[in-house]
Parts: sequence; structure tokens; C-alpha cells
Amino acid sequence: MYGKRSRFLSVMLAIGLAFFYIPMILLVIYSFNYSKLVPVWGGWSLRWYGVLFESEEVWNAVALSLQIAFVNATFATLLGTLAGLAMVRFGRFRGRTLFGGMLVAPLVMPEVITGLSLLVLFITLKQWIGWPAERGFTTITIAHITFSLAYVAVIVQARLTGMGQTLEEAALDLGAKPFKVLTAITIPRLAPGMISGWLLAFTLSLDDLVIASFVTGPGANTLPILIFSRIRLGLRPDINALATIIILFVAVCVAIAALLMFYQQRRQELDQQIADRGGA
Amino acid sequence: MSDITRNTTSEPVAGQSNLVRQLARRVQAQWRSIIVFLPYAWLLVFFLLPFFIVAKISLAEIVIASPPFSNMIEWTDEGVMNIRLVFDNFVYILTDNLYYRTYFNSLKISIISTIVCLLIGYPMAYGIVRSGPVAKRLLLFAVILPFWTSFLLRVYAWMGLLADQGTINNLLIWLGLIDEPLRMLYTEFAVYIGIVYTYLPFMILPLYANMERLDNTLNEAAADLGSRPVNTFFKVTLPLTVPGIIAGSLLVFIPATGEYVIPDLLGGGNVLMIGRLLFNEFSANTDWPVASAVAIVLLVLLVLPMTIYQYFQGKAAEEQ
Repeated sequence: MYGKRSRFLSVMLAIGLAFFYIPMILLVIYSFNYSKLVPVWGGWSLRWYGVLFESEEVWNAVALSLQIAFVNATFATLLGTLAGLAMVRFGRFRGRTLFGGMLVAPLVMPEVITGLSLLVLFITLKQWIGWPAERGFTTITIAHITFSLAYVAVIVQARLTGMGQTLEEAALDLGAKPFKVLTAITIPRLAPGMISGWLLAFTLSLDDLVIASFVTGPGANTLPILIFSRIRLGLRPDINALATIIILFVAVCVAIAALLMFYQQRRQELDQQIADRGGA
Repeated sequence: MSDITRNTTSEPVAGQSNLVRQLARRVQAQWRSIIVFLPYAWLLVFFLLPFFIVAKISLAEIVIASPPFSNMIEWTDEGVMNIRLVFDNFVYILTDNLYYRTYFNSLKISIISTIVCLLIGYPMAYGIVRSGPVAKRLLLFAVILPFWTSFLLRVYAWMGLLADQGTINNLLIWLGLIDEPLRMLYTEFAVYIGIVYTYLPFMILPLYANMERLDNTLNEAAADLGSRPVNTFFKVTLPLTVPGIIAGSLLVFIPATGEYVIPDLLGGGNVLMIGRLLFNEFSANTDWPVASAVAIVLLVLLVLPMTIYQYFQGKAAEEQ
């Protein structure tokens, strides 16, 4: 639905967007400040970017975070897609209610509870079976997969519902085996949803501080853990520089993704128009 | 089984392909179960099981050992099973002044933040819905973009704004409105700002999704019948957007109640919130039984809103 936008609504939108963006713009501007004290302006400079790039600690944290995010996104997409398929296409099966509940609960569970319970699990498992021997990369990745797969499942379920089942039914009528239908029709049509899910899982993993802080071990500092340990003590110009890099990187990636989606949608609309005209 | 072994020893290549073929046949026959089994097993082990362990530890006592809590079940020499349930942790939490106040303060902060998010987010969502197609797309993009950037850094940005020597104080002093910097960082006010800033998109998006489906002809009919716009809004639009209001409010309220990072960075030691207390109980005091009991009580507090949210999500999915 859209009609006239009153002046009140336009003003609220402007205020809201200013509220969203002014803090981030200021964060970026102050990253180019020469002064060691963040809020005191000492002239334009790239000094803190230099400091940032020389820090081995930062590079190690970036590398660890990217590795975790990559493995997490891949496994979460796999498991989340399977879960979404089961929920939408398998009708009733035993334990479906519990399964559905476990798929939604991670989305709304407070992070401190998820983090605490996973840490307790890892420690108990170590006592029982001696694994995981030490906490770090593996435990953080497992924790991230557990909540990321729920997000992927939401996206996959939405896409499956939106796709409808007519093509699959046609293939079955023509004699294709159900498994063949799954691999040859459902999965390829699901691919855009799986890609969105992968990207979301990747971002969620890069962003997580609380759960990683619980399940990490000595020496395994992800980027958010490193940033948090530094800014807890106050403002730091090198963190402004790091923030600027991250914000610009994300903005560029999201803009590209949005453009791609926009063009894909336009193409689909055009295809639809052509199809409609052909049919008439 | 013996069949396969014989094949592999005599003709390794043919045997292997035979094994693969058998495996493939089994996958073909059982693929549905495999698809359900993998994520199901993962969630049972890494999501459900941990809660039972936390519940178990919350009923234990703190001891100096590794791990630092007592066993619930012990076998005596005569083979008799002793089950020890210690409810002291819960009694302690529910009677101790600090915990009681912290739970109350968390709920107060998250309820007020949710209301503020609703008051700002509702007109924003309505404004987006009432924009033209291109503006709508751009505005939605602008609301979602902060969600993709780092949460931690968005909170950090407010540290720079609210600090005693921060941007807002510098601006106010420069304008001559104040002489002394206002204390904003490390106060409850800063925590409210942080929560509203971080969770506002979670309020706007469900509201937008709800309003987008509304039928404008209802508004037109009301106008034709002589209803003023404000009256139409309160009698027609607002009641129809109740599902969006509930979904958005719960998406802000639930995570805000357990929030750790915002009270820690913006509230300092001055603002009591349960997520921060739980984290500190665990890492600084290493009192696992009490931390687990704190988590269980928090979970009990949030089970009702979480169930309501699931119920509404299920209903929305069915309507589609």
C-alpha cells in the first residue's frame, strides 16, 4: 500500500535516518584525526591507519575471524538448508514440533544464555570423552553454526514457500524420482536463498562477541573480542580507523549485493511480462 | 558385510565402486531421514543438551575443583545412588537484594527502550510504506545497512558522542549552552540510547512487513465516509498493525533484557543489568552454579514472550 506521505512522517524518517547515520559518520571522520585523544581535533592524518596495519595482533584476529566465519557459513548453510527442506517439504514427521521449536529458539535466545550453556557443554564433553581438548577455533565455530543455521533455515523456508511446488509436481508426474527432483529442481531454484543465507551466516559470525567470549580459550582472540578488550578502557583512535575500514567494506559489499538483487528482480519482472504477452 | 570385504580384497576397484553403489542406493532410499537427521542431531547436541546441563549445574554447589561444582549423582560404595539437589542458588538469587534489583532494572530498561523504539519506529515504518517505489527501496536499504555493520562498533560510536570530552559535550560548550560537560557516558541514559539505536531496525522491519500488506482502500473508504485522517489512523490502521507491533516489540524486548555489551560499554559499572551480572559471575567470580541459576531464572522470565513470538510467527507463516 502506498498513498500520500504526510509531513510528519517525512520529518520522522529524516530524524530517524540522521539518528542512524550521524554517529557512524562521526566515527569515520575522527579516524582521520591526528590527535591521540579521540574527541580532540588535531588535524587530518592517516597516522592511526599506520598504527593499525603494524599491529600483528590485529591481523591475527582478522585472520581467525575470517576463517571461523567462512567455515561457519558453509556448514550453517548446509544444515540450515536441510532443516528448511524438512520443515517445508516433508509434511508431518516424528518430532517435528520439537525440531521447529529448536529452529526458532536460537533466533530469540539471549546471547549470554546461549554462550554460557555451550561453554558448559564443551567442558562437560571434555570430561566425558576428552573432546574438545582445548577451546578456540573449533568451539567458536560450532557455537556459531548452532545459531547461524537457524537464520539460514528461516531464509530457506521463506524461499521454499515462495517458490511453490508446481515445477516439482510436474517433474514427479513425468516420472522423475523424488531424490532426482530434489537435486535437479529444488536445490538449484533454492540457490539464491542459500547464497543469502551464507552471507548472513558469515556476517553474524564476524559480528559475534558474547558467544565467542564464552566459548573461546586462551590465545584465540577473534576480531570482536580484540576490539572489545581495547574499547572497554575508553576511546582509541586506532579502533576508529579499524571501524572505518569495516564500515566501508560492509557498505560496498551490501551495495553490490543490493544492485545484483535489484537487476535480478528487474530481469524476472521482464521475463514475466514477456511470458504474459506470449500467453495472451 | 562379508560380501563387501571379499570384494575389496580381491578386486579393490570393482569392490569400491560396488560399495559406493550400495551406499548411493542406501542414500537414495533413506535420503529423507538423512536430511532431517543431520540438523536435528546437531540441534539436539549443541542446543538442547546444553540447557539440561546448565539446569543440572544450577542445582549443584560450588566446590574448589575443576569443574568447580559438585556432582548431582554420586554412587556410594554399597552401590546406592545419591542424588543431591541444592536449591540454595535459587533461594540466594531470589532473596538477595542485588539480584532482585538487577532483574527488575533489566526489565525496566528493556520495557522503556521497547516503547521508545515503537514511538520512533512506527512513524518511520509508516513513512517508508507510504513512499514511492524507488524511495521505498532506498529507505529500506538505509534501515537495513546498519544491521550489517558491526554491532560492537555502532555501540563504540556512541562512546565517542557521549563521553565527557565527546562530540556532544564539545558542541554544547562551543554553542555556549553549558559550561561544564554533562555526564552522559556511563549512565543509564547512555544505555537507553545504545539499546534504542541498536534495536530500532528490529522494530521497523516487522512493522514495515505488516503495513505493506494493508489495503489502502480501507483508508479511502473511511475518508469517503467523512473520517478525518487522524481518526482513520486510530480506528483503522493502528488496530490492523497490532501483529507488527507485537512482533517488533518482542524482537526488541527479548534480546534487550539479556543485553551484555551495551550496559558494559555505555553503562560502565553504574547500570545493573542481568546479562552483565551473569557474564561477570561466570568470568570474574567463576561461580558456575550461581551463574547457571541466574541464566535459568532469566530464561524463565523470557519463556512467555518467546512463546508468544513463536506463536505469532507460526500464524504469520500459515497466513502466507
